[in-house]
Amino acid sequence: MAAAGSRARGRGPRWLLSLAGLAVAVFFLAPYLIMLVGSFKSRADILGVPPTYLPEAWHPGNYASMWDTPETPLPYNMVSTVVISVAATLLVLCVAMPAAYYSARNRFPGRLAFLLLVLVTQMLQPTVLAAGLFREFLAIGINDTWLAMILVNAAFNLSFAIWIMHSFFAGVPKEIDEAATLDGASRLQTLRQVTLPLVWPGIVTAIIFTFVACWNEFAASLVILTTAENQPLSVALTKFVGQYQTSWQYVFGISVVGIVPVVILFALIERRLVAGLTAGGVK
Amino acid sequence: MSIGKTRPPKSRSRRTGSGRAGRELLSALPWLAPTLVLIFAIVLFPAGYMVWTSTRDVSEFGVDRGPVGSENYQRLLEFDAIPRVLVNTVVWVVGVVLVTILISLALAQLLDKAFPGRRLVRLAVIVPWASSVVMTSVVFYYGLDPFYGILNRALVDVGILDQPYGFTKNTVSAFLVAMGIAVFVSLPFTTYTLLAGLQTIPEDTLEAAQVDGAGPARTYLEIILPSLRPALAVATIINIINVFNSLPILRTITGSIPGYNADTTTTMIFKFIQAERQVDTASALSVVNFVLVLVIILIYLRVVRPMRED
Repeated sequence: MAAAGSRARGRGPRWLLSLAGLAVAVFFLAPYLIMLVGSFKSRADILGVPPTYLPEAWHPGNYASMWDTPETPLPYNMVSTVVISVAATLLVLCVAMPAAYYSARNRFPGRLAFLLLVLVTQMLQPTVLAAGLFREFLAIGINDTWLAMILVNAAFNLSFAIWIMHSFFAGVPKEIDEAATLDGASRLQTLRQVTLPLVWPGIVTAIIFTFVACWNEFAASLVILTTAENQPLSVALTKFVGQYQTSWQYVFGISVVGIVPVVILFALIERRLVAGLTAGGVK
Repeated sequence: MSIGKTRPPKSRSRRTGSGRAGRELLSALPWLAPTLVLIFAIVLFPAGYMVWTSTRDVSEFGVDRGPVGSENYQRLLEFDAIPRVLVNTVVWVVGVVLVTILISLALAQLLDKAFPGRRLVRLAVIVPWASSVVMTSVVFYYGLDPFYGILNRALVDVGILDQPYGFTKNTVSAFLVAMGIAVFVSLPFTTYTLLAGLQTIPEDTLEAAQVDGAGPARTYLEIILPSLRPALAVATIINIINVFNSLPILRTITGSIPGYNADTTTTMIFKFIQAERQVDTASALSVVNFVLVLVIILIYLRVVRPMRED
C-alpha cells in the first residue's frame, strides 16, 4: 500500500494534507487518550465536578490496585479472556488450515457449495444466534463454560481464516509444488518446506484477526457465561457502568490493558486487513 | 495434517463419472470434516434449534412446556413497544450506515494521497477497529456525563454548549449518541475497504481525465465514484449486517433507560433473554432477525458476486 498506491496529484500543499491527517488521527485516538489519562487519576479526581483534563496527581498504582476491585473478579476475567482467545484461535487454525489448503488446491464435487457455506457463515454473527446457542449449550450441559465460548468463537471466526488462507494457498503456483514433487519431496515435505513459507503471511493474518475478534467478543459471552469468574473482560466491564459511583479509573485501566495488545497485533496486519474481510469482493 | 497424505497429489481431472466423483468427495472429506462439523454444531444446529424454540412455550427456568404454534410470534406483534423498536431499528441501521459511508468516502480520499505521516494516520484509524466496542462505548458514556464528563466539559470550553448536557440521560439524545459511536467504530473498516477500491483505479485513467480537461469534481463523479461501486457495495452490505447486529453500544449507552424506547430488535432480544427470561419470545424475534440477515446475505451474493472467480 506504500508508493505504488499513492497519488502524488492534488493541488494543495502536502503539509495541508498532513494537517488534515493529524486532525483525523486525533479524532480517532481521542477516546483512547481519555482512557489512558483517566486510568492515572485518583477516584476523587475522576469523579470531580467540573472535571479536569489532566490528573491532579498521576496514580500509576491504579494498575496494581484495580485487580482487587469489588465489582468483578478481574484476575479471573483476564484469565478467561486469554484462555478463550488462545484456545479458540488454535482451534480455528487446526480446523481452517486443512480446509483452506485442500479447497484451494483441489477440485472436488461440492467445492463451490462448501465455499458458499463458508462465505455465508462469515456474514453471520453469534448475536443473531445467541438464543439458539444458549438453548443448545443448556441442553448439552456446557452452558457457562469456557468450552462453550471457545467453540462459539472458533465457529464464527473460522470463515475469515479459511477465506484468507484459501486465497494465499491459491496464490502459490501449482508448478512450484510439482517441481518439488519431481525433486522427490513427499507431499508433506512440499507442504512444509515450499508451500508454508509462501502462505505464512496469510496464516499470521488469520491468527491475529481471529485472536482479536475472540478477545473482543461480547454478545454470546454475555448470555452464555453467567458466572462472574468465567466472564471475559468485555462483559466484566459492563458491571461498572450504572453504579452509584463508578470506579472509572479502574474501568479505564482495564480498558488500556484490554486494548493495547490487540491494537499492536492489528497494526502488524494492517496492510492485509481488507483482503480477508471482503472475501474477494473489492478487487 | 497427515490425514489423507497417501492420496494422489492431484485430483483435478477431466474424466467424469459417479465413481470418480464419489472418490474425489471421499478424499476431500477428511480435510473439510472438522470445518463442516464445527459449522454444523455451532451455526446451523442452533439456528434450527432457535426456530424450534420459537414455536415452544419455555418457562423462565428453561423448561420446555410444549408446543404453542405461532403464539410467540403473535405475542411479539401485540407487544406495545414493537412499532417504536422497529422504527428505531430502521433509523439505527440506515442512519449509521449512510453517515459512515459518506465520512469514509472523504477519509479514503485523504488517505489515498501521499503526505508525510500518512502511515501513522492510517495506524491511528485502525485503533477503534481493534478495540473492544464495549470499552470504546464506555469511555463515551463517561465523557458525556453531565457532571464529571470530560467531553461535556470540552464542548462547553469550545463554546458549542453553554453548559454540560445530559446526553445519556434521555432517550432521544442517548440514542443519537449511540448512533454516533456506531459510526465511529464502523469508519475504520469502511474507510479501509474504500481505500482498497481506490487503489484499483489505474493511474492512467485519472491522468487521461486530467488531460481531457475534467475538473476534480467531474473526475470524482464520473470516474472515481463509478470505479468504487464494487467496494461501496461490499462496505454497505457488510456494514448493514454489522450495525443491525450491534449490541454493546446501545446496551452501554441506553441500557439504564427503562422500557424499550431506545431499543433495536437486536438489543430487545437480549432484554428478552436476560431481564425477562423469555427465551421463547427471544427466539421468535431472533428468527425474524436471522431471516432478515439471510436476505441481506442473498443480496450481497447477487450484487457483489464474491464467488465469480471460481
